[in-house]
Amino acid sequence: MNNKYEVVIGLEVHVELKTATKIFCGCKTTFGGDPNTHVCPICLGLPGVLPVVNEKVVEYGVRTGLAINAKVPNYSKFDRKNYYYPDLTKNFQTSQFDLPICENGYLDIEVDGVVKRIGITRAHMEEDAGKLVHSGKTISSSNSSNVDYNRVGVPLLEIVSEPDIRSSEEAKAYVEALKMILTYIDVSDCKMEEGSIRADANVSIRLIGAKEFGTRTETKNLNSLKALQKAIEYEVERQTEVIEDGGVIEQETRTWDDEQGITLSMRSKADAHDYRYFPEPDLPPIILTDEYIDNIRRLLPELPEARKKRLIEMDSLSVYDANLVIAEKFLADFYDEVRKSIDDPKLIVNYLMGDYYRELVAVGLDFSSSPVSTKDFSELLKLLQEKTISGKIAKEIIPLMVKDGKSPKVIVEEKGLVQISDTGAIEAIIAEVVAANPKAVDDYKNGKGNSIGFLVGQVMKASKGKANPGIVNELLKSVLDK
Amino acid sequence: MGKIKDIHNQLLNKEISAVELIKEYLANLKVSENKLGTYLAITEEKAIADALAIDKKISNGESIGLLAGIPMGIKDNISTKGIITTCGSKILENYKPVYNATVVNKLYHEGGIILGKCNMDEFAMGSSSENSAYKLVRNPWDIDRVPGGSSGGSAATVGAEEVVFSLGSDTGGSIRQPAGFCGVAGMKPTYGRVSRYGLIAYASSLDQIGPIAKNVEDCAIVHDIISGYDKMDSTSANMPSTKSLDNINRDIKGLRIGVPKEYFGGDEKVLKTLKKALAKFEEMGAIVEETSLPHTEYALPAYYIIASAEASSNLARFDGVRYGARDFDQNDVTDMMSVTRDKFFGKEVKKRIMIGTYALSAGYYDAYYLKALKVRTLLKRDFDEAFKKYDVLITPVAPTLPFKIGENIKDSITMYLGDICTVTINLVGIPGIAIPCGFADGLPVGMQILGKPFSEELLFNVAHRFEQNNDFHLRKPEVK
Amino acid sequence: MSITKKDIIHVADLARLGLNDEETIKYEKELNDVLNFMEKLNELNTDDVEPTSHVLDIHNVFRSDVVEDSLDVEDVLANAPDRDEDYFKVPSIL
Ligand SMILES: [Mg+2]
Ligand SMILES: [Zn+2]
Repeated sequence: MNNKYEVVIGLEVHVELKTATKIFCGCKTTFGGDPNTHVCPICLGLPGVLPVVNEKVVEYGVRTGLAINAKVPNYSKFDRKNYYYPDLTKNFQTSQFDLPICENGYLDIEVDGVVKRIGITRAHMEEDAGKLVHSGKTISSSNSSNVDYNRVGVPLLEIVSEPDIRSSEEAKAYVEALKMILTYIDVSDCKMEEGSIRADANVSIRLIGAKEFGTRTETKNLNSLKALQKAIEYEVERQTEVIEDGGVIEQETRTWDDEQGITLSMRSKADAHDYRYFPEPDLPPIILTDEYIDNIRRLLPELPEARKKRLIEMDSLSVYDANLVIAEKFLADFYDEVRKSIDDPKLIVNYLMGDYYRELVAVGLDFSSSPVSTKDFSELLKLLQEKTISGKIAKEIIPLMVKDGKSPKVIVEEKGLVQISDTGAIEAIIAEVVAANPKAVDDYKNGKGNSIGFLVGQVMKASKGKANPGIVNELLKSVLDK
Repeated sequence: MGKIKDIHNQLLNKEISAVELIKEYLANLKVSENKLGTYLAITEEKAIADALAIDKKISNGESIGLLAGIPMGIKDNISTKGIITTCGSKILENYKPVYNATVVNKLYHEGGIILGKCNMDEFAMGSSSENSAYKLVRNPWDIDRVPGGSSGGSAATVGAEEVVFSLGSDTGGSIRQPAGFCGVAGMKPTYGRVSRYGLIAYASSLDQIGPIAKNVEDCAIVHDIISGYDKMDSTSANMPSTKSLDNINRDIKGLRIGVPKEYFGGDEKVLKTLKKALAKFEEMGAIVEETSLPHTEYALPAYYIIASAEASSNLARFDGVRYGARDFDQNDVTDMMSVTRDKFFGKEVKKRIMIGTYALSAGYYDAYYLKALKVRTLLKRDFDEAFKKYDVLITPVAPTLPFKIGENIKDSITMYLGDICTVTINLVGIPGIAIPCGFADGLPVGMQILGKPFSEELLFNVAHRFEQNNDFHLRKPEVK
Repeated sequence: MSITKKDIIHVADLARLGLNDEETIKYEKELNDVLNFMEKLNELNTDDVEPTSHVLDIHNVFRSDVVEDSLDVEDVLANAPDRDEDYFKVPSIL
């Protein structure tokens, strides 16, 4: 990009909360399902129905607020946001306007080793809309559209950042950090592919050093990190071009076309944004006591930043390793559980992120879907520590553990994979190997120290990998040095 | 015309059967309805089937509810499963709800038998029932006059004794004013006292469902049944249902009655009748004093802003997508919605949607909607003050006698001014009952008795005691 | 405040009411009448007055997060003006 300009980005991230039921009715929130089967009079907005707030939504809202360092006010309320669109059943969205469930938070992100604080203006509770299925290839080329209201009323938390973000990388880092926190506090699955987290990006550019913001565009419904980054980059380029050509940026809503890799103007009418917010008369206000808020605070799990700090300070992990471990709550919990019985943090990380992770990738699993329990994983590391098995044997065992969820001990016994540490047995093999490789023995004796590696390999091979490599080394040396 | 308790006993004693009773009522209703336009749907088949079931219960010696076999009318903005519910609007011409309003379930549970859906002003917007998209309703006391509105059908059907009781809804007087115009008893309960679940919303923060009956006792019986907490309505007060009958006969000696002077600026004939009624109360041992509710004159504009604003949002869902009418000639969804709404909403409805949309739109919210909500606070304070001194307040229900059909419909402001005695009560959420307190020119004059929040039991008591001292509720109009 | 023809068109657009010219003129007059009538509120100073959105002093009305039956899909679509299999069908969205 042209380095005359600075990019200013604010993100509105919509997060689907993982409640069992919708925000205002008892319909289930399960993804998918045949069209219009998770629908009742309330979410269908039939004449005469009334909403009742799901208490879990409020709880999750507060939990999120506390996790993103926000203030949770004692008084909050719902409002109606009025606009017409066929994916809404009431032609208003029940949302929050001036008194949201939390305000004034922040998140620290890290890009290229630099930590930066991104302000969070607010987070508010609202209901999701339904899904439009178009008969043609695109919305505008279709003669008609079909509407499925299964998603109507699924609870959302809209998290609005300050315009503190300055690049598409920062935007990505911010969404990743947010996703991490939300999964840690267990309020959302954050599955972008199922649309359970999606972002709207407000993007503008201004001359470096300028005080005023430029006119911004809002690109809606970016449902992958890649789309988010690309859309921002496209907008920056487009806006730069428009300004460089002497044009002006119009404040408008745009949409990301993934196929073409461009953003497109969605609404032509400049004055279409008049949502006529007013307090939802069907819902009494929410008053949260300090006690209620403190209670949720007390029950908050250890958040990623704190966890990272602990791993670095207490377990002496490198920043790199610590980042790997905390990237996923499941993995971090797995690590902590294993750590209870294995006193070697580095060993745990090496195996988790090395052989084990590689095997998971190979068979298309991830940490949380793997059948390997923390108990079995610890057992594997113990066998290594006790030198019952070698690293090479561990490599053989891991795929079997992943395949059947079998305990490593059982595998070792069944396959007779126990490491040979009996010096007598090893000495016999060494004698054979020495006899069979006179050239290598001569090389060693003539000062070519590295030929011992070849001999060790031959011994390991002859023992089918079961010989304890430490002992092999030791004994071989003493035989050759004789 | 029977009272609920009398009919109940006759059924229990097998002096009549429910089927006989219902058939008789239906026969009368069909004749009378032709002249009055009280119904948008008559549910004859269901009524007879329901009556048969009641008779079977009685002959099997099973217990029956207090309303078993009692014919009732339900205002057409109250959701009835499987029975067309139009709200008096073309936009819901063929709409058949798939669920019952909470109040309907409660009435069915007590054995009440629905004879039909009562005609009304479209979406409850109106004070004369002339805004029904289907046909107008006539006042049983003079068919050239309006029955009031918007629950005109519900009040007229009770007035003409087509049913024993009915349900209406009251957003700015829509139960009380027609009850007053038709010479029957109608209660607008405290906001939150009766579940709104299934009431097709006009203005959510003002709407309440309430009973209309020929006499106060029946009105109280129905209120006791339909009131009470409902988990489906977040604005429902967490209180048990009323037990009005227990105290309905209590002596009212020493009752402190406030008479707010701001409400006494109407028609001389109405005021004279009211004053006579107040004298009656004094005779009965009550203390009657003039008082003041100083912000009264601001209630009407505040009401029309709040009601229209909420309505503009509540009525947004009628867009031709999920239910109701649709204009099929449009190729684009936005045009389809706009044309559908323009074509199938009536004039008054569109006007209030326009007013409400404007009042909420960018730049005007503070000047209109917020301002009105603040005035609402001032009105509330007026009443809080008054109720420190008085147990109840008494006013006319309307400033005039029932007016001629067509007389006010052309001029909105004149029509709106007719609501001057009733709208404040919805803005402040208190209960109010209307009962006849006399006749002038052969037309009933309604009296409104107001109380603190959740004082319905007292209001029924006061109204009942008054009723015991006259025969207004016993008079029957000759519909011609 | 006085409402103009342009306001009427804007408001009708917001409210999805496809008014014709005749209606627009009619509403311009009627809405002005009603809004003038509402101007009366400006006689009152309400600077220090809290607004009342809910007359009933209640708060925290919640339901527990327990799944209840949804409607049968045939009931969902029972009143649909137009459907395509189990979807609501609407004209094209521009
Ligand atoms: Mg939103
Ligand atoms: Zn639902």
